[in-house]
Amino acid sequence: MSEATRSEVVAVAIADCWAEDGEIFASPMGLLPTLGARLCKLTTNADLVISDGESLFLASPPPLGSGTGPIEGWIPFRKVFDVVAWGPRHVMMGATQLDRHGNQNISAIGPFEQPRRQLLGSRGAPGNTVSNRTSYWVPKHSPRVFVEQVDIVSGVGRSRAEEAGPAATRFHDLHRVVTDLAVFDFGGRDEDGAGALRLLSVHPGVSVADVRAATGFALTLPEGLGPDDVPTTREPTATELMLIREVLDPRRLREKEVPS
Amino acid sequence: MSTRPRDKRMSIEEVIEQLEDGMTIGIGGWGSRRKPMALVRAILRSDLKDLTIVSWGGPDVGLLARAGRIRRLVYAFVSLDSIPLEPHFQRARQEGTISEVVELDEGMFQTGLRAAAQRLPFLPTRAGLGSDVLVNNDWLRTVESPYPGPDGTPETLVAMPALELDVALLHLNRADAHGNATYLGPDPYFDDLFAMAAAKTFLSVEQVVDTAGLTIDTPVQRLLIDRMMVDGVIETPGGAHFTSCVPDYDRDERFQKAYAAAAKDEAAWRAFEARFLAGDESAYQAAVKEFDDE
Repeated sequence: MSEATRSEVVAVAIADCWAEDGEIFASPMGLLPTLGARLCKLTTNADLVISDGESLFLASPPPLGSGTGPIEGWIPFRKVFDVVAWGPRHVMMGATQLDRHGNQNISAIGPFEQPRRQLLGSRGAPGNTVSNRTSYWVPKHSPRVFVEQVDIVSGVGRSRAEEAGPAATRFHDLHRVVTDLAVFDFGGRDEDGAGALRLLSVHPGVSVADVRAATGFALTLPEGLGPDDVPTTREPTATELMLIREVLDPRRLREKEVPS
Repeated sequence: MSTRPRDKRMSIEEVIEQLEDGMTIGIGGWGSRRKPMALVRAILRSDLKDLTIVSWGGPDVGLLARAGRIRRLVYAFVSLDSIPLEPHFQRARQEGTISEVVELDEGMFQTGLRAAAQRLPFLPTRAGLGSDVLVNNDWLRTVESPYPGPDGTPETLVAMPALELDVALLHLNRADAHGNATYLGPDPYFDDLFAMAAAKTFLSVEQVVDTAGLTIDTPVQRLLIDRMMVDGVIETPGGAHFTSCVPDYDRDERFQKAYAAAAKDEAAWRAFEARFLAGDESAYQAAVKEFDDE
């Protein structure tokens, strides 16, 4: 089988986010996260609960862009919010901005009163981040996304949660950020305290210098590691490649989000 | 004396007669799905202004914002779903034409509707803590639990105020003349909560049927709305167009694309308005049919 493309490395890195979660609801926002969740269910976590992103729990992962296959449950929007409050859920959201402190913005760019660019709105990001395990997916890693400080805090980083008190930190659980270049966690510290973004691995063919150039704040590396020692994101296994190529995404929709 | 409950059927125009400037209007559906668009179009034809709109926002918010009818907007998102950003809403925000903007978290929004539906001043929720939702709406308050938390310290939660509505506008698939109604698609959205949060509810439907007809081919669990919640029933086939109203019809993606494209250009929007929004609802439906046949 030919070498893995960047989008396939990313799909596997995303799938790994849910590997240890057990029987919880995976809520992927966007195409690669959806592919990753479905791959995870077919490989490392058969107990994972997946949906069509609308109102149905799917019994087995269908290919991207095709039908639903057998249905195992009903999850209209009102029940999604019930699960958010109840807890067994790991959401992977997008981020128009993500800052060093782990805050995310999907609301608007510029001042809230009259933004330069209005986006979707806060959606469920505030509630998700103080209620469920949360990861982020950034398809185009750039200094416009990775900023020193987001313009509007939609998704709540650790230090902001701590400021808000124990009700905000009780279930606050930021997990991973996967981009087209690298994987981060929130194990760093900055002047605001814990929960700062920390580089975990760079994808095959990407250097720490590449990631640094595409990030608008000083990178935190894993403790004790120099730029040359940062691990490389793992390559997909032959089984994973087969599942991505033959089963889950034969139409190669992944290439639209992360071109080779 | 009749033993039947009263007949609540009315025209779109009769609904508009019951609305007033400055009212708080909740609009059912979600994004670009099962929106009471025929009623929204009727508001556009009226002189109503200074409205507070409470909505899981889609083109309902976009059209009302473009027409300058919204004084205060309460939302967690505004989107056309297959087109992520609603162009009129985006422009209204960027030009600062909506004087009061209340952007909430989705869970807060639902909690606010629940509080109103339960006639409570507020309900506690975790959603919103630590986020700029509490900064940009500095009138929102937190509340300390009267009970100890898991570590003995009481939790401080968001006290989400009731989103009380003067009027709720909804669109479902079928109703009887008395206001009992079923949704036939996969998601009820939050239409029953809107109805219970509102002093008055006007319900448009694809089809008015006999009461017995409501459950003839449909499980009783789909009777989302009962007549105690409803003040008026309006039969408006295609009344959710161009949003989806499955299984009656999917979103009209081609029309939505034309809508979004026209929104970006002043002349194109004036042409769109002249073609689709200048006449009454039957003129709209006729213009859509003509657009379909192109």
